[in-house]
Amino acid sequence: MQITPRDIWNISPHLVVAALGLIILLIDAIWPRISKRQLANLALLGLIGAGALQARFWPRGQVTPVLGGMIVPDGYTAFFNLVLLVGAGISLLLSTDYLEWDGSAHGEYHALVLFTAFGGMVMAAAGHLIVVFLGLEILSISLYILAGYQRERRESQEAALKYFLLGAFASAFFLYGMALVYGYAGSLDLHAIARAAGAGQGAAANQLLLTGIGLLLVGFGFKVAVVPFHIWTPDVYEGAPTSATAFMSVVAKAAGFAAFVRVFALAFPGADLRHQVGAVVASIAMLTMVVGNTAAVLQTNIKRLLAYSSIAHAGYILVGVVAVLRNPAAPAEGVSAVLFYTLAYTFMNLGAFAVVLALRRRGEELLNIEEYAGLGFRYPWLGALMALFMLSLAGMPPTAGFFAKLYLIRAALSPLVGMWWLVITLALTSVVSFYYYIRVVTVMYMRPAVEGEQAPQASAGPHLGTGLALAALGTILLGLIPAGILQAAQQIAEGLVELGGMALR
Amino acid sequence: MDPLNAFLIVSAGLFSVGVFGVLTRRNAVAILMSIELMLNAANLNLIAFARFGDPTVLAGQVFAIFVLTVAAAEAAVGLAIVLCVYRNIRHINVDDLHILKW
Repeated sequence: MQITPRDIWNISPHLVVAALGLIILLIDAIWPRISKRQLANLALLGLIGAGALQARFWPRGQVTPVLGGMIVPDGYTAFFNLVLLVGAGISLLLSTDYLEWDGSAHGEYHALVLFTAFGGMVMAAAGHLIVVFLGLEILSISLYILAGYQRERRESQEAALKYFLLGAFASAFFLYGMALVYGYAGSLDLHAIARAAGAGQGAAANQLLLTGIGLLLVGFGFKVAVVPFHIWTPDVYEGAPTSATAFMSVVAKAAGFAAFVRVFALAFPGADLRHQVGAVVASIAMLTMVVGNTAAVLQTNIKRLLAYSSIAHAGYILVGVVAVLRNPAAPAEGVSAVLFYTLAYTFMNLGAFAVVLALRRRGEELLNIEEYAGLGFRYPWLGALMALFMLSLAGMPPTAGFFAKLYLIRAALSPLVGMWWLVITLALTSVVSFYYYIRVVTVMYMRPAVEGEQAPQASAGPHLGTGLALAALGTILLGLIPAGILQAAQQIAEGLVELGGMALR
Repeated sequence: MDPLNAFLIVSAGLFSVGVFGVLTRRNAVAILMSIELMLNAANLNLIAFARFGDPTVLAGQVFAIFVLTVAAAEAAVGLAIVLCVYRNIRHINVDDLHILKW
């Protein structure tokens, strides 16, 4: 295989992010006195550059895979790359103040954020199972380190160990599943697998293939945190440094769903097979929505609450995946709903974490929800923004979360999907979610504030302020004018589905 | 017996031993070793399928080499985390890690 300039050009956004991570590590090693804020600024500049490169190079028309079919530089890749770059950029903005306050501002943090984003971008672009695996491991290994980043804090260490052991355990299942799919199809290329699975009449009854798909589901399910592979989520979210939690909650989810949807939408085309797999995914989705939302009601720690809420949101997105699998006439609808939801989730969840990162009390983070009493009046801006993000997460119009949910429901309601009970579960569990999201807002506005020395304080430097503003802007704009992004998402989804159909011919 | 099946049975056995180890061992390093067994079971599968499938396609063997590399990176990070935990908590028994409610 020859590597042509076109191949390099097509993966240039990936290369920029990875190279920048290495450069930051080098600068930090050569010049340890450098202000970490400068490093963060450099990383941000690079992320903007990579984003500009990706936007300038938005794929139009027919897309051919590059690097021997390993990387597919289509609109789907471009969209998720931009989501991941935005997620990583806002997370970096949120983390600088926090790390300085915490006294743990080192150059590695920024490099690891970039490596994680790079892993996620590789996953989104993968046209081959080896690349999916490599991307997943680059992402995961960097996240294990970020979770244990505060070396002196026992909670952080415990979170890292739990995340690492369970993550590696899930990776092993994932890999075994890939090996079985390889045994069935004789290839690891997604299109070649699709040809093998589409041509074989008995694909839906083949034990080897079904077991392989099941194990792939375990691997993806762990990464995006769905029930019953969610046990790690609340502990890791609570123990990890708050800025790292914010980052991993959006980036790991976006990258995981990017690879999940591409593999399941492309590699297993038979209608019978999709019907079966769709039924399994539907039951996981239902379980995830119910367990995530009911467990969130019981939480008193805001990080754990957001952890369970992220599990619930993974369940909602899975409804979109079901629509992809079980609607052979228009799988693009489900794909575009997933794309839109991922973007909306990135903005609103980062926003909620940004507010948490801004609040302190006498050298401690403010994590107990009860301690938020009265903050809505003391800090009107923060209170209003928190209310915005909470309402958006709950799915209140006219915010991003409302339209994201609406499109998911529309995709899943198609009679071909035949899963009305899934949509009803989504609606009912969303109602439950209002309870715990609104509770945060009511505590902020309806309870008297604590005065004196014990009073909580908010501090938002320029970085955190910018991050907060960007997240709020995204949440509001996606809610007010969703049409543009939705149209783009639909085009991208149709391109992805076409690419799958082309490979079969 | 079909030679491919023999490999698959050994691999499935190895994988099960690994899963059993992860679920029953309490020492973090022993769990890491059990995970390595599971990864190698998958490798054995990949190589067996490549060997008894189309002999001109080397994807299985190549993937196995990638997995070995990734497993080394994973072990490096994993052992570093275990070391850090040991420095803070003075043991690596996963049953006794309960600052965060499990």
